[in-house]
Amino acid sequence: MNNVIVYCEIEDGNIVDVSLELLTKGRSLADLLKVQLDAVIIGKELKGIEQQLYPFGVDNLYVADDPRLYPYQTLPHASIVSKLFEEIKPEIALFGATSIGRDLAPRIASALKCGLTADCTSLEIGEHEDKKKKKIYKDLLFQIRPAFGGNIIATIINPETRPQMATVREGVMKKEIKSMSYKGKRINLEVEKYVRGEDFVVRIIDRHIEKSKINIKNSQIIISGGYGVGSKENFDLLFELADVLGGEVGGSRAAVDAGYITHERQIGQTGITVRPKLYIACGISGAVQHRAGMDQSAMIISINKDPEAPINQIADYAIIGDIGTVLPKMIKYYKKNTK
Amino acid sequence: MKGYKIIVLAKQVPDTRNVGKDAMKANGTVNRAALPAIFNPEDLNALEQALRLKDRYPGTTVTLLTMGPGRAADIIREGLFRGADDGYLITDRKFAGSDTLATSYAISLAAKKLMPFDLIMCGRQAIDGDTAQVGPQVAEKIDIPQITYAEEIEKIEKGKITIKRRLERGVETVECPMPLLITVHGSAPDCRARNAKYLLRYKHAKTWTEMQQDTEDYLWLREDRPYLDIREWSVDDLSADETFLGLSGSPTKVKKVFNVVFTAKEAKVLGDTDAEMDDLMKELIENHNIG
Ligand SMILES: Cc1cc2nc3c(=O)[nH]c(=O)nc-3n(C[C@H](O)[C@H](O)[C@H](O)COP(=O)(O)OP(=O)(O)OC[C@H]3O[C@@H](n4cnc5c(N)ncnc54)[C@H](O)[C@@H]3O)c2cc1C
Repeated sequence: MNNVIVYCEIEDGNIVDVSLELLTKGRSLADLLKVQLDAVIIGKELKGIEQQLYPFGVDNLYVADDPRLYPYQTLPHASIVSKLFEEIKPEIALFGATSIGRDLAPRIASALKCGLTADCTSLEIGEHEDKKKKKIYKDLLFQIRPAFGGNIIATIINPETRPQMATVREGVMKKEIKSMSYKGKRINLEVEKYVRGEDFVVRIIDRHIEKSKINIKNSQIIISGGYGVGSKENFDLLFELADVLGGEVGGSRAAVDAGYITHERQIGQTGITVRPKLYIACGISGAVQHRAGMDQSAMIISINKDPEAPINQIADYAIIGDIGTVLPKMIKYYKKNTK
Repeated sequence: MKGYKIIVLAKQVPDTRNVGKDAMKANGTVNRAALPAIFNPEDLNALEQALRLKDRYPGTTVTLLTMGPGRAADIIREGLFRGADDGYLITDRKFAGSDTLATSYAISLAAKKLMPFDLIMCGRQAIDGDTAQVGPQVAEKIDIPQITYAEEIEKIEKGKITIKRRLERGVETVECPMPLLITVHGSAPDCRARNAKYLLRYKHAKTWTEMQQDTEDYLWLREDRPYLDIREWSVDDLSADETFLGLSGSPTKVKKVFNVVFTAKEAKVLGDTDAEMDDLMKELIENHNIG
């Protein structure tokens, strides 16, 4: 069987977190399948980049290093990855579900005519029997994600096509160093052989990338608000509670869609995944796509007018009430009883 | 000036954004039939961008392309009411069960039939799957560049288009020669409302299938008003290779779905009185959950 490969993203010389998380997952999948872990990195000035990657258990690192390859552009990156995949025929290929990964992975899946599953919340190895074809597929990648329609989790497989491709959001998988002394092999790709002249038709005129100021993923306390918060102004109460408790504010997609908070704060299947010590869900009903991003929290408190809200079923404390009444009381008590 | 030829891809989707109580079945699953079918929100953002180009560059035409069952003709009518020029419905039972790859194959064939065009525009993603895959896959199949997450089209000059993109943590402005495919981000301006004039003009716009139910008068009407035709394309019309369509053309298979069973933690249920809140906060502080 061939290897597992991770497409690694780079920003300002650093491999981004989601890529390291995928390498950690890729390493464990490779171990299960008894194959090696590959990684591909495309950019400029990549001297020494292997130092950031080997500790995560990378056996073979494919590097395309050329001044034209950074910042990211769809066409040259797609050409390089598609061609590389045709040569090394990976069994599994993983991409971050980022602005870049979600732009690149479908283009590659189309070129290679293989299946791609977006926003997986879990990846496992399993067996599948096709009763019609009387065929057993061993060691398939089970791509697990909540599916449309509420409380459903779907397992997607690609029995016939390779690589089996999936994207995963930042924070869903855990990042873990395998060994600081792990050593892989660096393979430099001859860029000219992988790109076409017309791949460089797009010109980047201007680019502003901000360092994320909000650090929800690493916050131990998250006050999260949903559609039930009712307005952007009402979110001030959540920010105030977060402020006094030293936490961060997150939210549901309905709150983002309604314009109460920005997308960077969205928690769930298509947002970020968090595992804080304490998660306070305010006016959130608890749809499966939301729970996918927070159900690993150590303690969950729900504040909801509706005693039947599904979120209450995974909560440790379910406060039945209006956030407009409950939050000020919490803030008041905390301010009064701590220094 | 000759204007540009723009194709807008649009999808009819169930409104998953606000799954209200009435859409929930007793067993806690969603009753799809109870969800209204709507114009995918980001496809409306894409339509607006196309219509703005039409306002700005006289002679520009906007053609809608949608794939779905017969009732998806509503999407085309909705687009016509807002200012599009014409539309095509890709519809055939053989498309059923298509994943994003098979869908993009069918759409790319339809788009090729409409060549030459300058731009294909569509929403970043559809709310029923959130995959954001069809746009880039269509672009790849036609072998044209793609610019994803467009928020603003700044200008078109000498065959090149300048686009501002909305990225996760920032913005980027790029220039790309046409033809190309653009996916539009939800942060782009909302789509304009229906226009009363177009509403009158296209009120009776129908597909051939829908026309079968028309009375004589309407058939007459249609004869002098060819713009009322919403054309339907089937697998045969697109000369599609059936092995790339539907279930057989879809590399991804759903192995199983299961309803999430809550491992109910037996939540402690509290009211919102001062006493209950004070006790809870006291407990949280004492147990070092906070503070
Ligand atoms: C493909 C796909 C991906 C998705 N990804 C995500 C995702 O990543 N994250 C996500 O969150 N969702 C996601 N969703 C959407 C998800 O299905 C739900 O629609 C969404 O989570 C609902 O948000 P909500 O709980 O804030 O709103 P609602 O479901 O509308 O719930 C509002 C809640 O507030 C309560 N309430 C109202 N007023 C008050 C008040 N004054 N005080 C207290 N309680 C009050 C109500 O009782 C209700 O329970 C996705 C959906 C799809 C189809």
